[in-house]
Amino acid sequence: MADLVTARKADTLPPARSAAGGRAARGRAARKLVPEARRNLSAYGFLIGAVLCFALFSWYPMVREIIMSFQKTQLGVTSWAGLVNYRRIFNDPTFWTAWRNTLEFTLLALLLGFAVPFFVAILLNELRHAKGYLRCLVYLPVMLPPASALLLFSYFYDPTYGLFNDILHTLHLPTSQWVLSSGTRWPTAAMISVVIAATWMNMGGATLIYLAALQNIPGELYEAAELDGAGIVKKIRHITIPQTKLVLSMLLMLQIIATMQMFVEAFILDGGQGVNNNTESVVYLIYQYAFAMSSASNFNSAAALGVVLLVVLATFSGGYVWLTRTRDR
Amino acid sequence: MHRRLHGRAGYRKVAGVTVTAALGLAAVAACSSSSTTSGSSPSVTGHVTVGGFCAPPSSSPVPYREWNEDVAAFEKANPNITIQSIYSAQCDVPATLTAQLAAGTEPDVYETYFGDLHQALDAGQAADITQYVNSKTVPVWNDIVPSAKTPVTAGKTLYGIPIFNYTQGLVINRKLFTQAGLNPDTPPTTWAQVETDAAAITKLGNGIYGYGDYSSGNNGGWHFTSELDANGGAMTNAAGTTATFDTPQGMQVLQALHNLRFTDKAMSATQGLAWGTLQKQMAAGKLGMFIAAPDDIYNVIVPIDGGNVNDYGMGPLPSVSGTPAGTLSGGDAYLFAKRDTPAQIEAGIKWLNFEDLTLGSGQFNFARTKADGQPVGFYEPQLFQGPTGTAYTSLLNKYTTINESYYTTFINANEQPDGQPADDQALYKSLDPVMLSVLTNPNADIPQLLKSATSAVNQILANSNGG
Repeated sequence: MADLVTARKADTLPPARSAAGGRAARGRAARKLVPEARRNLSAYGFLIGAVLCFALFSWYPMVREIIMSFQKTQLGVTSWAGLVNYRRIFNDPTFWTAWRNTLEFTLLALLLGFAVPFFVAILLNELRHAKGYLRCLVYLPVMLPPASALLLFSYFYDPTYGLFNDILHTLHLPTSQWVLSSGTRWPTAAMISVVIAATWMNMGGATLIYLAALQNIPGELYEAAELDGAGIVKKIRHITIPQTKLVLSMLLMLQIIATMQMFVEAFILDGGQGVNNNTESVVYLIYQYAFAMSSASNFNSAAALGVVLLVVLATFSGGYVWLTRTRDR
Repeated sequence: MHRRLHGRAGYRKVAGVTVTAALGLAAVAACSSSSTTSGSSPSVTGHVTVGGFCAPPSSSPVPYREWNEDVAAFEKANPNITIQSIYSAQCDVPATLTAQLAAGTEPDVYETYFGDLHQALDAGQAADITQYVNSKTVPVWNDIVPSAKTPVTAGKTLYGIPIFNYTQGLVINRKLFTQAGLNPDTPPTTWAQVETDAAAITKLGNGIYGYGDYSSGNNGGWHFTSELDANGGAMTNAAGTTATFDTPQGMQVLQALHNLRFTDKAMSATQGLAWGTLQKQMAAGKLGMFIAAPDDIYNVIVPIDGGNVNDYGMGPLPSVSGTPAGTLSGGDAYLFAKRDTPAQIEAGIKWLNFEDLTLGSGQFNFARTKADGQPVGFYEPQLFQGPTGTAYTSLLNKYTTINESYYTTFINANEQPDGQPADDQALYKSLDPVMLSVLTNPNADIPQLLKSATSAVNQILANSNGG
């Protein structure tokens, strides 16, 4: 497989960049380094801009956060504090609750937010009429600002006047407290409510990406499968999923990283904590440490929790990349 | 205590609200000349710009206009000073202030709640203004009640100027009380009476509920604190090192709220409410009672949410005994950024004296308030004592427009102001989930909720005390 990819790449490259020609080109480039650099000056210029932006707005804050997590500030004086901030967050009774809730949201969001867009994309791909109209409909929620979309859902979920309870009431079914449900056993009604809103908000983007991947699958594969007597389930299992594996795995990783940073959904729907802290997430806990407790607010502890989250996500991402590379080989 | 939508200055403006142009200018001119002749800030030389004062937004047209008139009059009387206002519905948002203090980007003069000095000092962002405040720069200074000065003082150092204070009681909708066959002149004083009256009001139907309370945005814990104080409890010990609300008094408060919600069905199923929501319900005639300070009526329910001032009255905070043992008390103060120049500090104090601490001027321009058709005569703020206190009461009585008998039981209760607990916002935040659970979970385990919250609060207090 890897050889095939290399061969294809070689086919598409100009002769000077092919394997043998490449070595010669490198040799020439070494002798003509200065003219080459001059030629690529504009490219380097663009690169410097991007690197500076990343350095200033991504890498520097990360380094600063790590430093802050080992410091404390009192009466305007900042000093080193060792592991005090880490001890504080690990001793906080809500620390583990927040992680448990975050994992619950991630798993539920994967079940709903990963699978639903995939099957919606398959449906859209199979449609013969009104494709554009329906794609627009599916993507429309993505265009709503998240706060507006969530406020809309907070009205839907209102236990007294909400649309969902109205529907249940009309159907003579028991109504629900939705995001204000008090249960703490997995999966909680409150968290499912949050995930439904989050999925509705975000599925448009994933659906379009899946749709693009589906449309790249050669139609001959399906025709051949039909001739072999394959049904819809077998076609999905043996053609659609393998053919979209790269896109699926990329979106899976992005989705896990995004859902582990859940914040705005619960913050707007139920104030962030939920009943019995059943929707309190790690990022919300960071927000609480940093901003919500006034005199007891502590940016250093918030930074420590941010570092813990960073480590968890980096470990996951690294492991994921390693696993997928191994599999490709 | 994040109870105020608008910065106090903003709504003080509502209180100090509006007049005809001539009357306003006359009053303003009188006041500004008094502040000028009071000998304040002769040392402000050269031009100085000072910013950060909380002004009402243009969406509140009357207070907005009044504020701008005051600024214009002040700047005319003090041509070397420029006042830069922050027009905002809520100037002191705890999360925003915390971020500003950490970054050192707070305004030159910034509005805070009484409990905020500690974090301003920790962030190194509060200027020492001790040498600038005296009976010359702020003529009423010696008559400001000590309980309002304490929150802006650390040791012997003064860091701020208090401009408002409050206690809490039970705001009632007299119209709904009458419709439900209850006597609005005798608001309930015990939790049992609150339950009975709330149930009667709820029976009116049409989306009307007898009682409402908060459970998010730190407001749930804030109200629980006040209700606990009234019931004879306290959030922490005197030293502020240990939580003390897991007591029979705390249980009784939560049990009463749980009964109101699930036994009496006198509270809406829609919970998770924060400050601002119950005022709207009250103004819309959909709510019978809720806990608040008097300024919720004259600053929010009437001028912002469109309620009729004659529909409201107040009683004392409910308790099991019927006699409130105390109440949470708080207020607002302006602190000065550490980076401020002496000229900015002097100019800021001069403006605050003019706008917030001079009888007949700014927030206390009751002639203007009355002329503009806004309610005058509320029991609070009670910022002054001594001769200024007497003069204040006399001025207030002269222009009173409200029916004071609607507030008799609240005034007569003379609740003991207990201040606020250490690390107030953090404690309120920890109690929000307790209130939310009590108001949403029919099977809420109140003892367990109190136990868990106690553990969380002890953790916060231990961290604050260097643990």
